[in-house]
Amino acid sequence: MLLEARDITFCYDKNNRKILENFHLQVESQERVGLVAPSGFGKTTLCKILAGYEQPEGGEVLLDGRPLSSYGRYCPVQMIWQHPEQVINPRLRMKAVLEEGDQVEERIVGELGIEPEWLSRYPGELSGGELQRFCIARALGKRTRFLLADEISTMLDLITQSQIWGFLMEECTRRGIGLVAVSHSQPLLERVCTRIQSL
Amino acid sequence: MKKSFLGWNGRKRTFVLFTLALVLLGVVTLWGQLGAEKALETDFSRKDLAPCLAYPFGTDWMGRDMFLRTLTGLSMSIRIGLLAAGVSALVAVVLGTAAATLGRRVDSVITWVIDLVMGIPHILLLILISYACGRGFRGVVTGVALTHWTSLARVMRGEVLQLKEAPYIQMAEKLGTKRLAIIRKHMLPHLFPQFLVGLILMFPHAILHEASITFLGFGLSPEQPAIGVILSESMKYLAMGKWWLALFPGLLLVLTVVLFDVAGESLRRLLDPGSAHV
Repeated sequence: MLLEARDITFCYDKNNRKILENFHLQVESQERVGLVAPSGFGKTTLCKILAGYEQPEGGEVLLDGRPLSSYGRYCPVQMIWQHPEQVINPRLRMKAVLEEGDQVEERIVGELGIEPEWLSRYPGELSGGELQRFCIARALGKRTRFLLADEISTMLDLITQSQIWGFLMEECTRRGIGLVAVSHSQPLLERVCTRIQSL
Repeated sequence: MKKSFLGWNGRKRTFVLFTLALVLLGVVTLWGQLGAEKALETDFSRKDLAPCLAYPFGTDWMGRDMFLRTLTGLSMSIRIGLLAAGVSALVAVVLGTAAATLGRRVDSVITWVIDLVMGIPHILLLILISYACGRGFRGVVTGVALTHWTSLARVMRGEVLQLKEAPYIQMAEKLGTKRLAIIRKHMLPHLFPQFLVGLILMFPHAILHEASITFLGFGLSPEQPAIGVILSESMKYLAMGKWWLALFPGLLLVLTVVLFDVAGESLRRLLDPGSAHV
């Protein structure tokens, strides 16, 4: 499959500066693309547009030539957010959080190092890194075709970082999921990605 | 670790407290209902008795058993309070949610109505509505229900507006969760505590307003043993040294409100993740 951003232009306020202007990006299913740019250059905004959270001012996002909205309720392009505590409802137990994903396999949950006893806890009773594993697992549902990883490992220690990236690389290759990774760390992207594009 | 009472954990203790409060409220309501006939009985051979074993709350100037009268009055107050506060809170939830979800026009109409109702003095509107509905039980309940929903509706509106923008709800949409499931799983658990707090705060309000408009003569009829009627009647006899006529009904009214508060607070603690595992 091919995820394509065509001529994307975006600004948050009509009169404000344009954050993205005529931006192009093409990602194949087999690819892992790294995005680098300094702070405030619209990396997160681009991810939100690619995953359908924001509508661009101009241009379009296409998946295999069709707009994202035509793919039904479940969005095949899933984004993993930088701050896991914002995308998890503090009033649901972690089991319910996982179930919201699209039939996430037991294997994924295990390989991400999620302990069974965490499932009965509330989000407030887990650390940021532990929550992020749930977010990653949840985004890897059955119908996910592309994964957008927006600074997903900033709250993790180095060993956990390498475990999680190792898992993600393997999982994406095995299932043919295209990956777009955003990070400030150039060496990390060089290690993980097949090519790097700057914004 | 500290060994707690009977080895129960906090959750179990809270649950027992919740059940106990509900059972006590239920007993008062039922007992008052069953003794309603006897509470009206007058017997001048036993008038003005101070509290004793046979009449724990004493008797009044017409020889009525104050204990039964208080229970019946409380039962009436609890029913009025629950019904009025419940209806009011429900109206608040429906209108608040509607304002936040049904677009700008609906929002401005509902906000306008809220401002309108808030702009008129409570007690005035209450008297008007109660009078228009023919006073009595129905008048009081309708009056309280229609005047008390505004501030909670505002809170609800704000809460839903905020929830709609929450990242985890946007995420749920992208994960294909259906609209109704989003409301049920993601929104209601946040709205319920607000609803509960609103309900609890409204309950004593409703009872006290019932008492005050009954006192003014626009509420229940004077022969009905409501707490408001009892308290306003006993005022006249306080100066004559008949302290028990006001003290026990007053204390029991406070106790009822406290019980209701305990029930609500423990239910909130059981549901809130911040304290659910304590």
